[in-house]
Amino acid sequence: MIALLSRDLQLALRAGGGFGLGLAFFLIVAVLVPFAVGPQSELLGRIAPGVLWIGALLACLLSLDRLLALDWEDGSLDLLATAPLPLEAIVTMKSVAHWITTGVPLILAAPILGVLLQLPAAGYLWLVVSLLLGTPALSVIGTFGAALTVGLKRGGLLLSLLVLPLYVPTLIFGAEVARRGAAGLAVETPLLMLAGISAASLACLPFASAAVLRINLR
Amino acid sequence: MSLWEYANPKKFLTTSERVLPVLWIAAAASIVVGLIWGFFFTPDDYRQGSTVKIIFIHVPAALMAINAWFMMLVASLIWIIRRHHVSALAAKAAAPVGVVMTLIALITGALWGQPMWGTWWAWDPRLTSFLVLFLFYLGYIALWEAIDDPDTAADLTSILCLVGSVFAVLSRYAVLFWNQGLHQGASLSLDKEENVADVFSNPLYVCMIGFALLFLALVLYRTGTEIRARRIKALIARERLES
Repeated sequence: MIALLSRDLQLALRAGGGFGLGLAFFLIVAVLVPFAVGPQSELLGRIAPGVLWIGALLACLLSLDRLLALDWEDGSLDLLATAPLPLEAIVTMKSVAHWITTGVPLILAAPILGVLLQLPAAGYLWLVVSLLLGTPALSVIGTFGAALTVGLKRGGLLLSLLVLPLYVPTLIFGAEVARRGAAGLAVETPLLMLAGISAASLACLPFASAAVLRINLR
Repeated sequence: MSLWEYANPKKFLTTSERVLPVLWIAAAASIVVGLIWGFFFTPDDYRQGSTVKIIFIHVPAALMAINAWFMMLVASLIWIIRRHHVSALAAKAAAPVGVVMTLIALITGALWGQPMWGTWWAWDPRLTSFLVLFLFYLGYIALWEAIDDPDTAADLTSILCLVGSVFAVLSRYAVLFWNQGLHQGASLSLDKEENVADVFSNPLYVCMIGFALLFLALVLYRTGTEIRARRIKALIARERLES
């Protein structure tokens, strides 16, 4: 499992695009929003948590079609499926690798982009915490979507259509934590719900993803 | 005599062909009776005026929109567990019906909301969760269309339906939470079922039965079409092999 993880990480590092693309997209979204809604810092501060969450979610979505498709094309997915490791573990490791290459950079970049968007001072901590708890769920759900569409020629758009409705609860609770944090309100309830969604999808969805992958590899 | 007899496509087709004419007539009769009763023989509401009568389309459509997804969930489970092709095809056949019901509910709701709430759309929990349901339907149908191999498509869409159901329920409660966090919201979501008078509820029940029968008839009919379409495909493939 560790070997698989380090292989995926090395691939992402050396092939490029893994770290960079999602981050660049996130940066561009955060820069474009003030152009669209105007530079008033009060308005920007109010929408900053939501915009940062949407940006992180879309950046995550952008990198999903590379998650399994590359391994599918060069046949290494078939090899992995016949390996002694259960497919569930392989899929989980894929999600973890995706989280480390996409989620973690987004979490680290979010406070910097928060400065650009005039996020209130109280919001930084909760923004980072909500992303830290929420992005694993995004990666795991995304892996499920990627597994569903892996065999398709042009699955990218379909992947977005399938995954976005599944992202709704995570987005609602995640953005709510960040918003309440920025407004100085109590964040416990949405925080617990967000953590619950992440934990439950991490525990259950790899089984669904592995089942889907088995069907696609048949 | 068990339910599983109808897993045999031939048995399913002969029985559904016998049942369908009755179903069509019953559905048409109860919808016509319910709508005429509702539209012309109920008084106007003292606050909503005649717009209250949209309830006779809106509520049954919303009811069937949710039940269609539930039916797809059950059919998907049967396909995964017992692998009856008819079940997978029934789930496939129900999805477009469900999406149309969802659209009807959304559109009639908007038409009613414009004069009553003064807006076509509000991010009220009910409205929002219906919109999310609509998106789930779209994804499900798109996945069916995208995959060529019918068995793979049936497997993948079934699992999507299962996972989607969990997330749809989750979204429902998340949306409830989110909206109460943002606005008061409750002023918009009148619980219609609770305080509707008998004058309105009786024709409403007739309409609900009518819509349910219509849904049943449409699903049986469309499942029959799917079975035949698959037979044609098999025949063409066989002919190509022989020639």
